[in-house]
Amino acid sequence: MVDLSINCAGIKSPNPFWLASAPPSNSAYQNCKAFEHGWGGTVWKTIGEPVMNVFNRYGGLDYNGQKIFGLNNIELISDRPIEVNLREIAETKKLWPDRAVVVSLMVESKRETWHEIVKRTIDTGCDGIELNYGCPHGMSERGMGAAVGQVPEYCKMITEWVKEVSTIPVIVKLTPNVSNIQLPARAAKAAGADGISLINTINSIIGINLDTFELKPNVGSLGGHGGYAGPAVKPIALHLLSQVAIDPEVNLPISGIGGISNWRDALEFILLGASSVQVCTAVMHYGFRIINDMIEGMINWMESKNISSLDQIMGKSLPRISDFGNFDLLNRTIARIDQKKCIHCNLCYIACEDAAHQCIDLTPVNGHNQTEVREKDCVGCALCSLVCPVEGCISMVRIDDGSASKTWNQLLEDFKKSGKKLTWENLAEFQHKHGIEID
Amino acid sequence: MKNIAPKLPVEEYEKNFAELHPPLTSNSAITEANRCLYCYDSPCMKACPTHIDISTFIKKISTGNLLGSAKTIYESNWVPLTCAKACPVEVLCEGACVYNLTGEKPIEIGRLQRFAIENYFSKGMPVIFHKSPVNGKSVGVIGSGPAGLACGAELSLLGYKVTIYESNKIPGGLNTWGIAPYKMRREDSLKEVEMVKSFCVEIKTGTMIGRDIKVAELLNQHDAIFLGVGLGESPPLSIPGEKLPGVIGALEFIEKVKSENWEDVHVGKRVAVIGAGNTSIDAATEAKRLGAEQVFIIYRRSDVEMPAYKFEYDLAKKDGIVFHFLTSPKRIVGKYFVEGIECLKMKLGAADNYGRRRSSPIPGSEFIIPVDMVIKAIGQETKSSFLSSIPNLTLDNEGCVVVNPKNFQTTNPRIFAGGDCINGGKEVVNAAYDGKNAAHGIDKFLSLPYGGK
Repeated sequence: MVDLSINCAGIKSPNPFWLASAPPSNSAYQNCKAFEHGWGGTVWKTIGEPVMNVFNRYGGLDYNGQKIFGLNNIELISDRPIEVNLREIAETKKLWPDRAVVVSLMVESKRETWHEIVKRTIDTGCDGIELNYGCPHGMSERGMGAAVGQVPEYCKMITEWVKEVSTIPVIVKLTPNVSNIQLPARAAKAAGADGISLINTINSIIGINLDTFELKPNVGSLGGHGGYAGPAVKPIALHLLSQVAIDPEVNLPISGIGGISNWRDALEFILLGASSVQVCTAVMHYGFRIINDMIEGMINWMESKNISSLDQIMGKSLPRISDFGNFDLLNRTIARIDQKKCIHCNLCYIACEDAAHQCIDLTPVNGHNQTEVREKDCVGCALCSLVCPVEGCISMVRIDDGSASKTWNQLLEDFKKSGKKLTWENLAEFQHKHGIEID
Repeated sequence: MKNIAPKLPVEEYEKNFAELHPPLTSNSAITEANRCLYCYDSPCMKACPTHIDISTFIKKISTGNLLGSAKTIYESNWVPLTCAKACPVEVLCEGACVYNLTGEKPIEIGRLQRFAIENYFSKGMPVIFHKSPVNGKSVGVIGSGPAGLACGAELSLLGYKVTIYESNKIPGGLNTWGIAPYKMRREDSLKEVEMVKSFCVEIKTGTMIGRDIKVAELLNQHDAIFLGVGLGESPPLSIPGEKLPGVIGALEFIEKVKSENWEDVHVGKRVAVIGAGNTSIDAATEAKRLGAEQVFIIYRRSDVEMPAYKFEYDLAKKDGIVFHFLTSPKRIVGKYFVEGIECLKMKLGAADNYGRRRSSPIPGSEFIIPVDMVIKAIGQETKSSFLSSIPNLTLDNEGCVVVNPKNFQTTNPRIFAGGDCINGGKEVVNAAYDGKNAAHGIDKFLSLPYGGK
């Protein structure tokens, strides 16, 4: 029997899937509907300072005919009066006691203002608070959102103010628009935060209209940077998540966010240390109903792997994160093409020929081209296998027996011991010894 | 005719002759274009007789470079709209699509090509090709079908003064007159003619060479001649009753249908089509769609030997055409007009030189199918009397003009030829290839020190 329930920073929910603080979690109507569909929790769309939105506010990035590969927005925090939000949060929590109701907050950087909103929020009966230090547009110009998240000192200061009065878990949501994500995460930790969530949206301009030269989205005739989200940002989110997750100075529960569209994406975040995941763009594209497949797919996967709870896999891939210097230089792979599966699109050939190492030959055979790897010249870069449209047609095969192993760091160490310098000649000698020829 | 099929309401005709394959919308074209893998040295390109760089024109559709897409197509083929609509794509480009090997639907290349070209026409055919400077030489092209148009367009861009002579009042040859209306309408062909004319190619319609202008005169007027005359009449069945009213050749029938004055084309209530090639299927389905109650295809071999493509056979079956395989016509019955066709049952024997099994009659197996109309679709003869009037031309045993396959030059050095008159009847796309390449053959020949007159 699979148990999907989680505890993220002391906030419990029957499954790891939460709505991210965003348009889908804007109202009691939406959050309650999401819960009816099965969502485990919600992070209520950020409440706080009075704001007013512009009308046009989203821009979609389509790719090869696929809609919304990425989505950006210039929407602000909740533009509904704070009293309405607080009342609806209380009502929602009362109706759904088993779901996680977390409230995202953002107010001006004054201690009393933060104290007041935190107290009023706790009064709703919600399960936790998320501090929005990430919003990259509109609010940051007013000294809030990313303007806080980008300065570790501010991050620490405001988190401390919140922690002074909060009786419920406090999660700090980080902006990815920084050069080192670990610094604001450490600041949050130092201030006593109970958890971290990341990533907020990435600064972006989604595109330009080639007829009018206007930015997308266009407001009147103007546009500007907005927050980028959706499937396209997932790899960036996974990296930033891992950076926080492996940092011993942070060591906090994490709620993962960034391009999660299905149970597979969610599992990747969990394997890199997230204990809950938050979803926005996929819901904006398809609605709350996607939760059905997310839950069912995850359960089926867990059953097939004999995993009974998410604790068993949380962070399971973190030990595999390392640096280039620790990678084995002698772990040799080459490409092999299964001629029976080949459909003769020749994409492997042209990719290798123009963009890699010119080691695939194109030979006419029976009216079509046969693609063959010249194994002695193949560097095992795997580009051909990536462009091949047929599953299992090009496989990367390991050809060394594993007896020899040498990382870059070890090699440099060896050089040092034997008094050698790092020169092209010395490197070539090492390569030659192991049958590696690079010309 | 004894029993003429009753006329149909106008909307019924329009429905019956509506396009089999509707155009792609802009969205669906982009989606389909994005599905293309953009193969390198792609099999579809090799399978196209004109070698259109298909994956490139499709890639250009996906990026919204529709003008560039049309240009890529035209660089290989001057009648791409006709090819998009009339090519047997299942056995050419789409049949070679790599998706066939993955069990997925091949890319709809024909419909994408149509999308690019129709967009080009709808934009008013903006200039995408520039003529070389006029070189003072002139070429006469006989026939304005696909071979003649392709040859004329190419030569004109190379700087030649080109005159196309067309016996029909309306140009385009079989592109205009020979393609079933539910595949393509006449106006599409005429747009392609306009495109070629825009390169300053002159088309003299209603001008029959041999009758209105002598061949010798033409050889005097021009530095070289291109023959794109296609084929002629259906050969006689050589059975009694062939002269009875109600017997018609398939091409003549199809040409009447292509006038698109549906009501004026009489068909019998019951129609027999002799032969089972692609033209037979066209004639049979057109007769059915004009209101014939029952249409039979009579073929002396079996469905295995039938020359019609499978998708044509499927279309005929969908239209309710009744096939009499292993059946040969012996006599057309009737006193003043066709009343029936007497047939013999056949059996199959050993394979002939082409690998098709011969058929022979079963004695005493005669039976009569009552019909009001007989359409002869047993192929077409070459225009042998015209062709043999041309000096120093060599014809093969089938009556086709013999050419050097490299440059399409005939045995009369100043005369080149392409299309059905050299191959005995193939696809539009083959004619388009011949015409274009013959143009280069002519250009090379006339660039020789002693080439031409």
